[in-house]
Amino acid sequence: MAKVLMKGNEALSEAAIKAGCTAFFGYPITPQNEIPEYLSERMEQEGLVFVQAESEVAAINMVYGASAAGARVMTSSSSPGIALKQEGISYLAGARLPCFICSVTRAGPGLGGILPAQADYFQAVKGGGNGDYYTPVYAPNSVQEATDLVFRAFNVADEYRTPVQMIVDGMLGQMMEPVELNPPPRVKVDKELYATSGNSDKRKRNIVNSLNLSGLGLEQMNHERFRDYEKIKEKETLSEYDVPKDAEIVFCAYGVPSRIAKNAISLLKKEGISAGLIRPITLWPFPEKDFLKLPKTVKAVLVTELSMGQMIEDVRLALNGSIPAYHYGRVGGVVFEPDEIAEEAKRILKKGGKKK
Amino acid sequence: MATKVIYDKSKGLDEKPFHYCPGCGHGIVHKLIAEVLVELGVLDKTISVSPVGCSVLAYDYFNCDGVQAAHGRAPAVAIGLKKACPDKIVFSYQGDGDLASIGTAETVHAAHRGDNTTIIFINNAIYGMTGGQMAPTTLIGQKTSTSPFGRSKKNCGLPIKVVEMLAQVPSSHYLERTSVHDFANIRKTKAAIKKAFQTQIDGKGFSMVEILSPCPVGWGIAPIKAMDFVKEQMMPYYPLGVYKDNGELTKLSGGEK
Ligand SMILES: Cc1ncc(C[n+]2csc(CCOP(=O)(O)OP(=O)(O)O)c2C)c(N)n1
Ligand code: SF4
Ligand SMILES: [Mg+2]
Repeated sequence: MAKVLMKGNEALSEAAIKAGCTAFFGYPITPQNEIPEYLSERMEQEGLVFVQAESEVAAINMVYGASAAGARVMTSSSSPGIALKQEGISYLAGARLPCFICSVTRAGPGLGGILPAQADYFQAVKGGGNGDYYTPVYAPNSVQEATDLVFRAFNVADEYRTPVQMIVDGMLGQMMEPVELNPPPRVKVDKELYATSGNSDKRKRNIVNSLNLSGLGLEQMNHERFRDYEKIKEKETLSEYDVPKDAEIVFCAYGVPSRIAKNAISLLKKEGISAGLIRPITLWPFPEKDFLKLPKTVKAVLVTELSMGQMIEDVRLALNGSIPAYHYGRVGGVVFEPDEIAEEAKRILKKGGKKK
Repeated sequence: MATKVIYDKSKGLDEKPFHYCPGCGHGIVHKLIAEVLVELGVLDKTISVSPVGCSVLAYDYFNCDGVQAAHGRAPAVAIGLKKACPDKIVFSYQGDGDLASIGTAETVHAAHRGDNTTIIFINNAIYGMTGGQMAPTTLIGQKTSTSPFGRSKKNCGLPIKVVEMLAQVPSSHYLERTSVHDFANIRKTKAAIKKAFQTQIDGKGFSMVEILSPCPVGWGIAPIKAMDFVKEQMMPYYPLGVYKDNGELTKLSGGEK
């Protein structure tokens, strides 16, 4: 397929169809409305399922039902709507059901505002539903990458039988960029092994369930899931590591703010300051290993996020005290400028960064 | 001596023994559903959705595919399943706390969309599983563990009438209220369940049977007394009968007392 100019939200919706998603369940909320609007037309054209549910709670439970039946299925929403989906996400994780959940994030807390923000790192990465579970979380920084990751997300969901999330900051959802949709081969899984597809005449009956009233049985279910999480950590962690050998300071940023960090790095270079970037593409699993291979010249890591400081907690865990980490954020929908974070980098370096 | 089988456990039920209390209505209704699914020849293509409540383990009992849903969300899970497999039979089995309290929105909107799914709704006027707390269907004056002085209209309003409410939703297709307090009514309940599933098989849309059902343990009375309670206390407030047939309101739903 040739490159076409598409808005982020529409491009990732089209990617979902190309990925073989056969059912969408959602509820209107800004700034993700282009996704259900686009899919309401395209799913109908393709003879697929589109349902505008009565709430995000219902939508995620419809996803649970359709996934239980073996369908490739998705929902999308924005921050307050994702909050309502947490119960369903926990059930999906508990019952080992695959699905794709897209959150086009906005500023909070509460009703907050509809401008771009990254205040939902904790919501996506640390969960919000009950119980011990994780979900892979993708964070693209361009429209092209968003569509590539949609394909990947559906495959990872099926392969490991897990809900997968993608967080798209409001900017990426709204901006237009050239994009080429290249669906990779679909992973092969036999869903009839677990799906409640109403075929109990052809095989033994299947049950989809997260309940286990025996302590030891439930403990075992948890351990099985966590063994898969270890595989996901090993095989599915993605990041962009661009750190020069003589870097003095390293930015850590995800989503569109990582592009602002790249501009700041260019500004610093003009002033003779060598700076690098670690960009987590999966927020969970977090690319911890990148932080252990930083050159000795690095005096500080500067985490630039559109939040009061959320990802910085994972950066500090990864650094484990080896290098000091600082946070710079704007919130409420305000976005920092490249020179603003470049200045912050200089301020930190002036203070000396790393203590020796 | 040759033996002749005159009564057997339905093939629609698994071998697992029920965990329900003696005198509970859940087991009776499970048996009826299982028999109906076998008689209609759809057991193998049916998917059950169990609720959170005493019947949470229903997936263990129905001899077909089964999904366990979050509290109140069974109708949403059911339509997800049905959209993914439109030629299969999907039903949710729900209690009154599940359906008429936490899951009210999911229930009303299943009817509102005219989902081609079936709900079997067990109204036992109480939260059985959690130890006998007040439900939206608990009768005025009825004592429960969270209405120790009896339910009062002042604080809690009058008990909700679910089939009457859903009858007013334009897209609901077939709605009936029955009871399982005696044999004649158990037979009528089976006929209603059959009609509800037939509605779905015919692709006509949303069907629900509300079944008045005893909970002797939650009510703190003996099983025989519980059957009397259904007849004497519940039935006058929750009149039995068909409230919507073929998408049309019946005389009953017009407001008979
Ligand atoms: C989100 C959530 N809230 C509360 C509960 C606790 N809970 C379990 S069963 C139940 C009530 C069930 O009552 P009902 O639906 O009437 O079913 P019955 O047991 O009477 O058949 C409640 C409140 C839960 N499991 N999940
Ligand atoms: S508590 Fe009530 S509803 Fe639950 S199993 Fe016992 S009798 Fe049945
Ligand atoms: Mg009840």
